[in-house]
Amino acid sequence: MSLLAPVAARSRVRFRPSRLALYLVLVVLAIFYLTPVFAIIVTSLKTTAELARSTVWELPKTPALDSYSTAFNALAPSFFNSVFLVVPATILSATLGSLNGYVLSKWRFRGANLLFALLLFGMFIPYQSILIPLVQFLETINLYGGIPGLILVHVVYGIPICTLIFRNYFATVPRELLEAARIDGASVIGIYRHVMLPISIPGFVVVMIWQFTSIWNEFLFAVTIAQTPTQQPITVALQNLAGSLAPEQNIQMAGALMAAVPTLLIYILLGRYFVRGLLAGSLKG
Amino acid sequence: MATASAQPVMVERLPRSRSLRLPTWEKLTPLLLLSPSVILIAVFVYGFIGATIRTSLVRWNSALPDYTFVGLHNYQRLFQLERFQADLVNTVHFTAIFLAGCIVIGLGTAVLLDQRLRGTLFFQNVYMYPLALSFVVTGTVWRWILNPNSGVNVILDNLHLGFLKSGWLTDTHTALNSLGLAAVWQMSGFCMAMFLAGLRGIPEELREAARVDGANEWQLFWRITFPLLRPITLSAVIILGHISLKIFDLVYVMTFGGPGYATDMPSLYMWIATFGQFLYSRGAAIAVVLLLMVAVLIVPYLVWNLRGETEQ
Repeated sequence: MSLLAPVAARSRVRFRPSRLALYLVLVVLAIFYLTPVFAIIVTSLKTTAELARSTVWELPKTPALDSYSTAFNALAPSFFNSVFLVVPATILSATLGSLNGYVLSKWRFRGANLLFALLLFGMFIPYQSILIPLVQFLETINLYGGIPGLILVHVVYGIPICTLIFRNYFATVPRELLEAARIDGASVIGIYRHVMLPISIPGFVVVMIWQFTSIWNEFLFAVTIAQTPTQQPITVALQNLAGSLAPEQNIQMAGALMAAVPTLLIYILLGRYFVRGLLAGSLKG
Repeated sequence: MATASAQPVMVERLPRSRSLRLPTWEKLTPLLLLSPSVILIAVFVYGFIGATIRTSLVRWNSALPDYTFVGLHNYQRLFQLERFQADLVNTVHFTAIFLAGCIVIGLGTAVLLDQRLRGTLFFQNVYMYPLALSFVVTGTVWRWILNPNSGVNVILDNLHLGFLKSGWLTDTHTALNSLGLAAVWQMSGFCMAMFLAGLRGIPEELREAARVDGANEWQLFWRITFPLLRPITLSAVIILGHISLKIFDLVYVMTFGGPGYATDMPSLYMWIATFGQFLYSRGAAIAVVLLLMVAVLIVPYLVWNLRGETEQ
């Protein structure tokens, strides 16, 4: 799939007379998509005193960074909470996913398809349907309230999508490679370690980018489980910023940008892999 | 994607050949490798769904658990509630505008970007960056844009289009559509990515042949391209439809269900009933209804995907 690859290969020009019209449509749509970025820029760079109704869409005469320092002071702890949540949860769920994907693509057994379907169903359920027993369970094992509990939750509910992506990835590895390793006396685990793992870096990149983005952006589990104020992930803290600490729009916008930066950077730098993860749930990668 | 039919395949097809033979003593290793995940999913998905169903059948409507069996009483009460009836209507309404918006914009942009114009990559990246953001960020920013006192109303005033001004999120008649606007902004790029992958999977020879036969571009699209995209459209409807049924973050952040119940959804009401009002059994009943709605969409989709594989 070459979704984000350059498209110069096929040189055909259609609709030649109306090319200008096409560009016009593309630009109008781009303005629609970029409006929130502009809203963040014009609002977050103003001081609270400058937030007058008539000039809300105008750039400030001199950009002020006050709102950024306020937002940073308010959100920095939760920003790092999110980092400490996302990194272990991503690594663990990717590891489990790669093992499952390996087994389900290369060591077929009776009922494997049914098992796989039951596994996949787990990624589509509305999490409301498991939330009450989940909270009870986390309370029982003393993991309710903070980041460790959220790590467990994201690892578990990340298993289906990670398994799916790795299974699709490993399905393309030729059987001959495994046969050769068998003849050399490699065990099931040996093949995983010495044959599959070394070639699965692109799979890991896709899965880890996907998990990083999903967990960073997640809200339902975060707002339900992270009840300890000092243990909130950034999404919850951003939402609370609007409610209590600082209702000023410029600070909210600066906070929104701060919450968006890590996943935006990933999108900008590694967009191709991000899109593959995105389509994994609906198309073959 | 090189398949001529642009068939969406969620699950990569495995070759028909049987997997490698293993000596008896090693036959268990693959199962052992799977077992941690299988146990976790069995407990956290199926065990917990079972526990939720059980909670929905008892009289646990205070902070203290009460496991007195009451049958389907909670469901009966639920469907009589004005709030839940509003939730169901809202979900259908929201899903309709969300799907229509995403598919029209997604297909439109995909077709435009497939024209191989200069700068395609730039526009593609612009249309898709919202996918990297959280609904909380989207909600925070769109809440400002749609604030009647700042945001878009000011632009309309400046353009002397004051008659187009609206209360947006604060007006019961426009709130749900405003919410849909933000949701379409966020998710239409997903639809575009699906259609674009589909379009690029259609062999150029097919379209070339139709052109030779005298078809114009319009006929080409409706007679060749669009029918080939039908499976992808179905996938998009199912995936986006189930996202729409589950929508929670955006509503929580932008309106919290208001004004009144104008934007309330089952997903949000479940959360408020359970963790705000301690009506655990009612919350569980809402969760089960929500799960059934999602399952009706997703189970056939999973069967469709996995069956395709065994036919291979």
